[in-house]
Amino acid sequence: MHSLGFDIAHLLAGGLVLASFMMLYQDRLSALINVFALHAIVLSLSVAWQAYVQDAPSLYITAAIALGFKAIVIPLTLHRMIVRLGIHREIETVVSIGPTMLAGIGLVALSMVVMLRVTAEADPLAREDLAFALSVLLLGLLMMVTRRNAVGQVIGFMSLENGLILAATGAKGMPLVVEISVAFSVLIAFIVIGIFLFRIRERFDSVDLEALDRFRGERR
Amino acid sequence: MNLLPFNPIMAVLAIPAIAAGVLALLPNYRISARLNMLASLLTLLAAVSLFFGHPEPDNYFLVDDLNIVFIVLSTFVGFTTSVFSATYIGHELEIGRLTPAHLRFYHAMYQVMMFGMNLALLANNIGLMWVAIELATLATVVMVGIYRTYEALEAAWKYFILASVGIAFALFGTILVYMAARPVVGEGMQGMVWTVLVARVAAFDPALLNVAFVFLLLGYGTKVGLAPLHAWLPDAHAEGPTPISAVLSGLLLNVALYAVLRFKMLLAANPAAISPGPLMVGMGLLSLVFAAFMLYRRRDIKRMFAYSSIEHMGIIVFAFGIGGPLANFAGLLQMTMHSLTKSAIFFAVGHIAQVKGTQKIADIRGLTETHPVLGWGLVLGVVAIAGMPPLGIFMSEFLIVSSTFAREPLLALVLVLGLLIAFGALMLRLSSLAFGEPIGSRAPVEASYVPMFAHLALVFAAGIYLPPALVLWFQNVASMLG
Repeated sequence: MHSLGFDIAHLLAGGLVLASFMMLYQDRLSALINVFALHAIVLSLSVAWQAYVQDAPSLYITAAIALGFKAIVIPLTLHRMIVRLGIHREIETVVSIGPTMLAGIGLVALSMVVMLRVTAEADPLAREDLAFALSVLLLGLLMMVTRRNAVGQVIGFMSLENGLILAATGAKGMPLVVEISVAFSVLIAFIVIGIFLFRIRERFDSVDLEALDRFRGERR
Repeated sequence: MNLLPFNPIMAVLAIPAIAAGVLALLPNYRISARLNMLASLLTLLAAVSLFFGHPEPDNYFLVDDLNIVFIVLSTFVGFTTSVFSATYIGHELEIGRLTPAHLRFYHAMYQVMMFGMNLALLANNIGLMWVAIELATLATVVMVGIYRTYEALEAAWKYFILASVGIAFALFGTILVYMAARPVVGEGMQGMVWTVLVARVAAFDPALLNVAFVFLLLGYGTKVGLAPLHAWLPDAHAEGPTPISAVLSGLLLNVALYAVLRFKMLLAANPAAISPGPLMVGMGLLSLVFAAFMLYRRRDIKRMFAYSSIEHMGIIVFAFGIGGPLANFAGLLQMTMHSLTKSAIFFAVGHIAQVKGTQKIADIRGLTETHPVLGWGLVLGVVAIAGMPPLGIFMSEFLIVSSTFAREPLLALVLVLGLLIAFGALMLRLSSLAFGEPIGSRAPVEASYVPMFAHLALVFAAGIYLPPALVLWFQNVASMLG
């Protein structure tokens, strides 16, 4: 029988997948950012629970970074940014919501089949965590390809990174180097993205990547 | 083991790191261009000193016969590119495409990128290796976007998004390797140390390793530029400054390839896991044939050579996928020759694009008449990259083809077909670029020819005579790669 610790970890990791699904069907940028904040909160709870269950205090730092940075600082910054840019209206998605959700379900099924099969000998907690983490990763990827807007793609990328952190914390005793580096890389990634967004705005007054599609190199 | 008074590993890492800090503060671009050259030269010397003694592998760093080859090659091309970059950048400043503030940033980022690549090559820890490759990638992303034009921004954005996805896959693969190692090696740092992993990999869960390798191959393969994950590469090469195109093709692709090779060695040591060869052969062959056809439709000169890089990385990955002493040897040789030749071509192309004021192939004609030295340099480079005898790439491609014919004749046919198609495309373009009625500016060019001809001389020499010591070294590495 499973213990309570397992059940809660399972619940939180499942919640993360659910939050990823919620992001898929948001068609307004501000709502999307709010759901991303929720995603980050669920992640930080999940990481904190892992820290408690595995008795690994260093993981609390990762949880704190997820909460402070990803659930508060980034959403607030993004909100300010989209208001300043005047793009807190509807976002265009390449594929409409129905097929996107179906594709998402397919991806989750795929990751369950793949991960549960190959990790048959690992301990159950790590198994389920890994399967959920792969789902979150693939859903993040799906979001990146279904959004044309740069902000939407960035949020997709950050939710993908959340999946990675879930996987890293689920792997018991994984050296701290990696956790910090993941958090650190998110930070760098965001700075880079920030620079790009800033530059794109400065030049074109728009962060809609469709506006950049003119360029294909061969038909100049 | 270490006969030197200092730790060469630390020197290889510390010099670029310190130089990056200093260059970020220096306002004068002439001094910083010189300092950039000096730092790259010192890094090269430190890398060469690795031959004379290096510390035993520890939890973070490892020096063996395999990565010495990569490190020396990458610091050498890093140094010659910094020499080329000094003249190139001076011209960009004159025509106002870049400002002194940009250059400060550019030089600092150049050294950050060198640091990241050296760290990735020296890492004995798969987590550290991942961090280092990510660092080098981010540094190149911002450099690709440095011109801040419409096209440069899209190129940088595309590169950033695709590389991030690749790198995310690679991290997931890394985590899976740790998960596979944990029951055998135990928790903590030991589960990420490559030398420990490879010694005990035979007992790992093969199913987990298989999935891990697929993620790692897709992840780092994106950075190698393998089709169908190559989309970032032509844009990044075409829109960034040309010195960055040279280091992207000459170095960064190799670093990602090195990561793939390390994990291939890991998988090969586990008898129950899938054999990594066929996957690599498939992706390599696909990249080769795809890029060979794409070469015909290019209108932009830097973009064309970017596709040629995809083609060559395809050949190299194919060779390592076939495996065995001969194919591995040929793959190593091909990699070395490609790095040298492709960066030499980009040195020539950089100056050509500057003096002609365009990158469009249609607007560049008759180079051997207007700018004989540059023109003939380009001819020599393209002839080398297309695989004409007696140059170095001919020899390595010949070895790859013949070793494939001996083992997989059908694959060899596809390989030869791809090579011939690419050859045709390159010759077709070269004839219009170098010969024919000259058009465009005839202004004299202020170029640094030394890096270009140094590379071409090495490629030429390697085609005729390989020193026995080098052959022995490569044979040794080839047998390590299995």
